[in-house]
Order: sequence, then C-alpha cells, then structure tokens
Amino acid sequence: MDFISILSIFVLACFVGYYVVWSVTPALHTPLMSVTNAISSVIVVGALIAAAAAGSASSKWLGLVAVALASVNIFGGFAVTARMLAMYKKRDR
Amino acid sequence: MHTDSIVTVPNWVLLAYLISGVCFILALRGLSGPESSRRGNRLGMIGMAIAVLTTLVTHVPYVGTFESAPAYDTYMPDPVTIGEILLAIVIGGGIGLVTARKIQMTAMPQLVAAFHSLVGMAAVLVGAAAYLNPEAFGIAVRITPIASPSIVSIFPQSRIEMGLGVAIGAITFSGSVIAFLKLNGNMSGKPILLPLRHVINLGTLAAILGLIAYFTKDQAAWVFFTVMGLSFAIGFLLIIPIGGADMPVVISMLNSYSGWAAAAMGFTLHNSAMIITGALVGSSGAILSYIMCRAMNRSFISVIAGGFGAVASGGDAAAIDRPYKRGSAEDAAFLMKQAEQVIIVPGYGMAVAQAQHAVREMADLLKKQGVRVKYAIHPVAGRMPGHMNVLLAEANVPYDEVFELEDINSEFAQTDVAYVIGANDVTNPAAKTDKGSPIYGMPVLDVEKARTCLFVKRSMGGVGYAGIDNELFYRDNTMMLLGDAKKMTEEIVKALG
Repeated sequence: MDFISILSIFVLACFVGYYVVWSVTPALHTPLMSVTNAISSVIVVGALIAAAAAGSASSKWLGLVAVALASVNIFGGFAVTARMLAMYKKRDR
Repeated sequence: MHTDSIVTVPNWVLLAYLISGVCFILALRGLSGPESSRRGNRLGMIGMAIAVLTTLVTHVPYVGTFESAPAYDTYMPDPVTIGEILLAIVIGGGIGLVTARKIQMTAMPQLVAAFHSLVGMAAVLVGAAAYLNPEAFGIAVRITPIASPSIVSIFPQSRIEMGLGVAIGAITFSGSVIAFLKLNGNMSGKPILLPLRHVINLGTLAAILGLIAYFTKDQAAWVFFTVMGLSFAIGFLLIIPIGGADMPVVISMLNSYSGWAAAAMGFTLHNSAMIITGALVGSSGAILSYIMCRAMNRSFISVIAGGFGAVASGGDAAAIDRPYKRGSAEDAAFLMKQAEQVIIVPGYGMAVAQAQHAVREMADLLKKQGVRVKYAIHPVAGRMPGHMNVLLAEANVPYDEVFELEDINSEFAQTDVAYVIGANDVTNPAAKTDKGSPIYGMPVLDVEKARTCLFVKRSMGGVGYAGIDNELFYRDNTMMLLGDAKKMTEEIVKALG
C-alpha cells in the first residue's frame, strides 16, 4: 500500500471514530475506555512480526516482551469489559 | 547493487486486516446501548483473533536466514520461536485474565491507567524492534557498496512514522504510570509544580520533534534512543502537575495517546487494522477528554497546564464556623420514607467507601415503601468517565433508573429528597452564582432545589477536590449526615427496615 491509500484509511477512520464514539451512551464510557484499550493492543501485530523475524536477536526479544505486554491488555481488556457489560441490567418487571 | 526488501503482501491478508478493523468499529458501535454492547465486545474479540492469526500465518518463523535459504520451499518452520511466541501470549494472557477477574470495580480507573501504560510500552518496544531489524518489517533497503560492508537504510518516511510512534508510546507509558500511581494512592493526588515547568515541557517537546526531523537525515542510534528517553521524561513531566480532580481528563487523554501510538505504528507497518484502530481509539479518547473538560467548564489547555486544586483557597477561604443542620440516620430514614421521589447523587466518596451496595439496599427498601428512586450522575463524578455507572451496575442498580445530568436536572425541583453521597463540587451552587469561584460556570446538579437535601460527608472540615467550601452545607433545606458514607447508609437501611 502506498502512503496516500494509508493516509486515506486513517483520515476516514478518524471520521468514523468521531461519529461512532458520539453515539456511545455516557453510562458506558468506562467500558468504552477498557474496550478501546483492548483493541489498541492490535499493536501486537507489530510485536509478532518482530518476534517471528530472524536476523536480530535483540529485536526478537523486544518483540517477545511486547507480545506478552500486549497479550495482558488484549485478554485483560476484553475480559474486564465483558465483566462490566454483564452487570448492566434492566429493571425486572 | 541493492536488494529491494519490500515484500508484496497477498490480497487476502490485506482483506483480513480490513475485516478486523471493521470488527473494531462495530465493537465501539455496539456501546450505544447496554444490550448491543455485549455483542459488540464479542466482535472486538473476533477482530483481534483475525488480526493475530493473520499475522501468525503470514510470519511463520523459519530456521535460517534469507541468505542461507533463498527459496521459500527450503525454509523449515522454527518450533523454538513458535513456542516462545505462544508462551509469551499465554503468560501475558494469563496475567490479563486473572487481573480482569479479580479487580474491584472501584479500582477500574487504576486498571485502565495500567493497561494504557502497557499499550504505550508495547508501542515503544515494537518501535525499537523495528529500528533494530527494519528489514523484517519491510521498511528498509540494503545497500551494498563495492568493497565495504552492506548498510541497511531505513526509508526516511518510515523513520518519521517510527519516531512519532515511539515518542507517543513513551509519553503514554510514563504518563500512565504517573496517573496509575496517583489513582492508586501510591503518590499524592496533589499537583506537583516544578519551577519553570512550562519552559521545560515546551523545550523537551521541541527537542523531540527536532530530533525526529534530524532522524530522517541520520539514522544513528543516539538519535533514536534520545527521542525515546526525552519522550519518557515528558510523559512524566506532563502528568505530575495535574491534580486528582482532573484525572478523568488525564485518563481520557492517555487513552487517546495510546490510540495515536498504535496508528503511528500502523503507518510504519502499512497495516490497515492498526491504522483503523488507532484512529478509533485516538478519536474516542479525544472526545471523552472534551466531554470531561466541558463538564468542568475548563479548557483542555488549562487542564494540561495543571495546578488545579493546588491552593486550598478561593471562594470564601475564611474558616468561619457557619451554622448548619445536622441530622441522624433515623431523621434521614424518616424524611425519605415520607417522600414521593428520592434522587441519589453519588460521587467519588461512594467509590472510596465502597458504599454502592448499601445504597442499592436503601433504594430497594424505599421502593418497597412506594417511593420512586432515581440516580443522578454528573459526567465527572468519580475518577474516570462512566465510573459511577459501573459501580451502580455492579450493585445491581438497573441502568434505566440511572440518569445523566442534563436528563434529570430539571426534576430536582419536584423531588422531595436529594441524597448526596460522596459528591461535593458537582453539587456546589457557587458554580452558578459566584463569579469568583474556581468552578464558576461548571454545570452542576441542582440538588438545592429539592425540598430537602441530605448530604453525607465524613466531617465538616474537608473540602472537595477543587479545594473550595460548598454553600450547600449551610442552606436551610440541607441536612448534614456526618459519618462514613457506607456506615451512614447502612444505618439508614436499619432505620428503614
């Protein structure tokens, strides 16, 4: 992908983000933070590439540590979000 | 002579990352209501699984290097590296799952700050790994001049993206660590003000940007690691002057930064899933910061500049003993029993005292006696956006009894009792009337309009985080319930029962 296509994706995604986030109900702002936290750990993609690549031992180790850190976030972030969302209940009538 | 190391990525891989990006958009979209949010969260997990699996499949580690085995079919998968990667995922994932299960809901702000710091650190590590082994990321060319060792030259554009990614990641990391320490009580919530801090901060910021620009000319290690070091320092310097009351803004801002860090890394790796996610998270954090600032009637710049709540003066600083009415749990129970409608106004103090369950019990008893009970939540009540809503949900309060400021504020005038528990500044009428007050102009809950306002407070001495006195305490229709929020509420429950 060339720079312009990447930039286009980025700019359009910012707009999508803007409209999607305004539609989030204020009651769910804490789960919003924890789930954005979990998805921003998609940075694990970069960590996996570094960990899998041959050629530099130090780069590989940095990658492995990054994989572990991002995994804490992915599993922890989604799990804690699920735990919170399960608590939101309607009045039982 | 040089070898171009840009690998052409197959279309299905691009498509897979795009799908995972769309899943993340839908995950956030689901949060528009509690019912759709659970499905949204599952979509988020699916998106993450797609991204991880795609990367694992396209980057299977092989034994040997490109030079030793130039043809694809002579590569042997490397079980050791695969094992190490899986182990890293299992260790990290295990820690994450245990933490997510054990964490108390009152500690969510700290947890989110800690998670932000991990994203920041991961971005820094990925940036450093990309700097050390740029060929693996396809962002460099190998130049082999005649009769000298080959040089790996990183594309200038990638150097900027990498530099920005590492800088934002490092700021997110050190900033979040400070935010964590403040929220967790390991560090005083009071702002720490260094002399000349604005000069120091702007200078450091300028140095970081200058060095990133210079990085395009010279990819020396000192440039890269100085950018990293300075960014760690500025993250620390930016957050220490910000006081406890401004934490909702800080935590949203760091949320935003962690997104921009992921986006910058996405640019480096040409990865659409990372770019889409980064943009989503970045705008999400930015919008939350904006909402929080608006709810405090403060500009983003003044929050960042810090120092709010440093001086316990402003308003009427004089500690004159003004007369106030003090009530007991029995008085409170009697008043609420007689009421047609009670509005409960929770704040950070309820979280500290872990009083949410007692409050729910009290509301249940009142409802049994035919009293209508509602909850009113100010956007900055608590230490992070939506903090109170989560605590009430944890205590099994139905979410359709919980209302936001603008939806319920007009109802106080027709309400018999407002029960303020652990909230202070967000109820201060001075915000509406006293132009000299530091919180003047901030939207507040009109609790004083209720026939009676019951105000639970530990003692008359303390003031809110803004460090100002609350006019509300001395009003004729206010009854102070002095004591621990949880104990007081439990006593009311006893008196009601």
